[in-house]
Amino acid sequence: MSDWSQAVSAGKGAKPDAASGGATITGNRGLRIEELLLFEQDRPGRTAVDLPEPPKVKSRLGALARKRPVGLPGLAEPQVVRHFTRLSQKNYGIDVGTYPLGSCTMKHNPRLGERLARLAGFADIHPLQPQSTVPGAIELMDTLAHWIKTLTGFPAVALSPAAGAHGELCGIMCVRAALDARGEKRTRVLVPESAHGTNPATAAACGYTVDAIPANVRGRVDLAALKAKLGRDVAALMLTNPNTCGLFENEIREIADAVHAVGAYFYCDGANFNAIMGRVRPADLGIDVMHLNLHKTFSTPHGGGGPGSGPVVMTAALAPYAPVPWVVRGAEGLRLVEHAEGPAKESLGRLKQNHGQMGMFVRALTYMMSHGADGLRQAAEDAVLNANYILAGVKDEVSPAFPGTCMHEVLFDDHFLKDTGVTTLDFAKAMIDEGFHPMTMYFPLVVHGALLMEPTETESKEGLDLFIAVIKGLAKRAKSGDAEYFHGAPRLAPRRRLDETLAARKPVLRWHPPQPDRQAAD
Amino acid sequence: MTLKYTKDHEWVRVEGATATVGISDYAQTQLGDVVYVEVPEVGRKLEQGKEAAVVESVKAASEVYAPLSGQVTEVNTELAGEPGRVNADPMGGGWFFKMSIANAKELDALMDEAQYKKFVEGLG
Amino acid sequence: MRYLPLTTADRQAMLAAIGVPSIDALFADVPEAARLHGLLDLPKAQGELEVERALAAMAAKNLSAGSVPSFIGAGVYRHHVPAAVDHLIQRGEFLTSYTPYQPEVAQGTLQMLFEFQTQIALLTGMDVANASMYDGATSCAEAVMMANRVTRRRKAILAGNLHPHYRDCTRSYGRFVGFETVLADPDPTERQDLSRLIDRETSCVVVQNPGFFGAVRDYTALAASCHAAGALLVMVVTEAVSLAAIEPPGAMGADIVAGEGQSFGNALNFGGPHLGLFASSEKYVRQMPGRLAGETVDADGKRGWVLTLSTREQHIRREKATSNICTNSELCALAASIHLALLGEAGLQRLGALNHAKAVQLADRLAAVPGVSVVNDTFFNEFTVKLPKPAAAVVEGLAKRKILAGVPVSRLHPGRAELANLLVVAATETNTEDEIAAFGAALQEALR
Repeated sequence: MSDWSQAVSAGKGAKPDAASGGATITGNRGLRIEELLLFEQDRPGRTAVDLPEPPKVKSRLGALARKRPVGLPGLAEPQVVRHFTRLSQKNYGIDVGTYPLGSCTMKHNPRLGERLARLAGFADIHPLQPQSTVPGAIELMDTLAHWIKTLTGFPAVALSPAAGAHGELCGIMCVRAALDARGEKRTRVLVPESAHGTNPATAAACGYTVDAIPANVRGRVDLAALKAKLGRDVAALMLTNPNTCGLFENEIREIADAVHAVGAYFYCDGANFNAIMGRVRPADLGIDVMHLNLHKTFSTPHGGGGPGSGPVVMTAALAPYAPVPWVVRGAEGLRLVEHAEGPAKESLGRLKQNHGQMGMFVRALTYMMSHGADGLRQAAEDAVLNANYILAGVKDEVSPAFPGTCMHEVLFDDHFLKDTGVTTLDFAKAMIDEGFHPMTMYFPLVVHGALLMEPTETESKEGLDLFIAVIKGLAKRAKSGDAEYFHGAPRLAPRRRLDETLAARKPVLRWHPPQPDRQAAD
Repeated sequence: MTLKYTKDHEWVRVEGATATVGISDYAQTQLGDVVYVEVPEVGRKLEQGKEAAVVESVKAASEVYAPLSGQVTEVNTELAGEPGRVNADPMGGGWFFKMSIANAKELDALMDEAQYKKFVEGLG
Repeated sequence: MRYLPLTTADRQAMLAAIGVPSIDALFADVPEAARLHGLLDLPKAQGELEVERALAAMAAKNLSAGSVPSFIGAGVYRHHVPAAVDHLIQRGEFLTSYTPYQPEVAQGTLQMLFEFQTQIALLTGMDVANASMYDGATSCAEAVMMANRVTRRRKAILAGNLHPHYRDCTRSYGRFVGFETVLADPDPTERQDLSRLIDRETSCVVVQNPGFFGAVRDYTALAASCHAAGALLVMVVTEAVSLAAIEPPGAMGADIVAGEGQSFGNALNFGGPHLGLFASSEKYVRQMPGRLAGETVDADGKRGWVLTLSTREQHIRREKATSNICTNSELCALAASIHLALLGEAGLQRLGALNHAKAVQLADRLAAVPGVSVVNDTFFNEFTVKLPKPAAAVVEGLAKRKILAGVPVSRLHPGRAELANLLVVAATETNTEDEIAAFGAALQEALR
């Protein structure tokens, strides 16, 4: 098949859109270009990498040279660049517009981080070079650790976890290690009903039974319910603060005291640290161990879903159990202790290969140093201000889940959509046509049809005014009885709503070459 | 033939010594399109109220609890290829598994059709 | 401040709209004793120039691998990444997007993941691959946990040729998640008979190919032994380029593949972020951790992609999830996918052949150094040499002479006298004949 006829078949079944000019030959719509899979653009022998002829040598592969080709398609550089450029154009990103995903902290990613992470002295060093050849890398890790410890108030930090969930695992493992060292076997972990799914998943992974704590009418942890569930069989409470409803747990010190009174540990999910940095130190709230998400608060790019970095701060009591490597200052300067020996002899061991997400360390430190103590505090204040501005702007049309002001994110429920025939999902899809990425939907689970909006501090007032106007406009439209508009949304995105049922019932998880007889015909 | 319901929305139809188990019409509406059913192995021993199967929609996974104690004698192999049967025919072709009954007295604790209907109305 | 768009006037207007007198009112829930009234003891905001100067000074203290002859592998490999890769991954729509939970505006990420999953399945010879994990070591631990779920057993046998970091991660997970790991002794000749260790409690055997010490082996018989006992074979790949040149795990009967994809598209980065690979047989797909992109159609009948089989994951299953994992290594996967797209079949074959040829040349040159022997009978682009004295000091000395001479085995297997003289070295397409000659000469000098 020729190229353009393949493009047409990729858009097969497409109905011509009468309102915007009808069908095109290609299925393309101006700058919105349909793009085939790489595998559908194969020309055998074609390559975009010119490598020299290998010198002739006697093979040492044993009889194990690969018998069959891998099956990768051949394209030249222009085709590859065009392919991925077109793919990128189908994606929304922070660079494109407001991305109010609650609990994700979609703030602007400073480009300086990309430049500095690519310095040869950071990007082109091997983790297993002699440490004497990379003192600047260890210095960077130590400097980052200093900033993290100062911001959070803790004396120790484990830098190696690769993401927030990995950090949670690290934190709960440290708690287990500490309890093991005390000779105590505890069986339960307490988690608020509003918790992010990684919290119970982590606790269960470490062999704990998960006990849920309900929220009170003010959206905070019900202290009485918590105390009733506490006992000497509880290893830890896992809390997020501000919580996933965007509210600061004002009774947090009472919570910490209650947890400590039974000899349990207080784990904090630090995903929402953006609301409080520079204004509160988590250590001062009675927390024992907390992970940070460098890809949230410290703006290392989300990259479409990763990589992240989840350092874990902890008290002196838990520090001995932190995973290796440790950054240790000795008589001869800084070094990495890579095994559970010497100063790290009680370490729980290793949770990741090599030293941690160095590329994200460079970016996070760049972010921290750019903002400084004053800028970080200002960022937290602006994040909280922006979320409250949205709340104030839309609350007459959209139903806030809890009374009062919020922190850096604001939670609504779907009460405002009652009897409209429009769901939270429908509302979100309509936002897409307006040029906005939807907010987080259906999380946290404690309210019905949750809508969780987090603008972050990098949204301008004018941007927020537009966002507020759109949210109010859509809410009014839903209430006016125009459910059909919402059910059919989005109409203008690169794809309409996709059939997730089909994808789950008949999973197609990779491309397969076409049938042999068709290939013969081609 | 006895048809009873649990408060977790499982139904059990007893005919002679065999019981057939599935989920109610209310349950399948709540779940949305069923995409996958994880049925127990034949021969597995079940305890009343404990997990017996898992039913998955796109956005949720729910445990299906054994309405009675006993042993699995047969499973509905059609569900592997056509999980949508649970939505289309929850009381008939969408059955999950059949089992032997260890203790018929356990049926007394379950709701009959009228009681279940009232129970569901009360859920609002 | 360049990243904060709100002006003082904006803030005042917004506070008025909210109806509070000051920003402090919005922090009223913070317990009084915990409130910070002044700034923390950290430097204040700095411009790009100052930040760049400070970090560049740190970077300048490091000896970059590309500036000297460099032969270090041991799980992280220096390959040439084509220029187009870095440009494409920095496009804002890739760099600054999030997990594709709203597929209508994330088809770029989702199509790319579908292609990536296909590329990895093809490379490994397996039925299905996921959208990536944090890194190879955690991927290995997750593979063991998956084998435990599938077999309903809790004992994993870890081969003596497994990269020590992968072994240590798996062991840490085992201790806390609750499964047993049987550690075979480090095995430089990679001839251990692991089938002796399999019993009816074994969930899986984990073996690496090419191994940590470099050997290339056929594990078909081991796969059969595993299956006969109702266990799974997990194969680990730390050098993804090897899949271009040697028989893949799928051809040997592996059930799960855990690996590291950094070699494609990703710089050394001092060890992170890297790219965990995960693949398995089709029949186990519902037990797989991590994200999966699947094909479907939209409301207009157009082909598109979505995240699917999500009910395995933490955001739905919560405490019953197959893993607690949330993030993948998306941007690193994109870089790898672009690199593979640029290579194509022809480029990939040539890359594999070049890597092997360079390693053979290096092996011949080092074997010619008096007192040095090559341990391996087979290898791809990495092998082990035995020196007449402890390797760690030799490597340290060569580093002072600006040669990065591989990794002493003792760095990763400390405290084992019988391994102290062993050195693992790698060669890739980036090494020249001059560099190989310089290494040989310097080693000869150092051992005199």
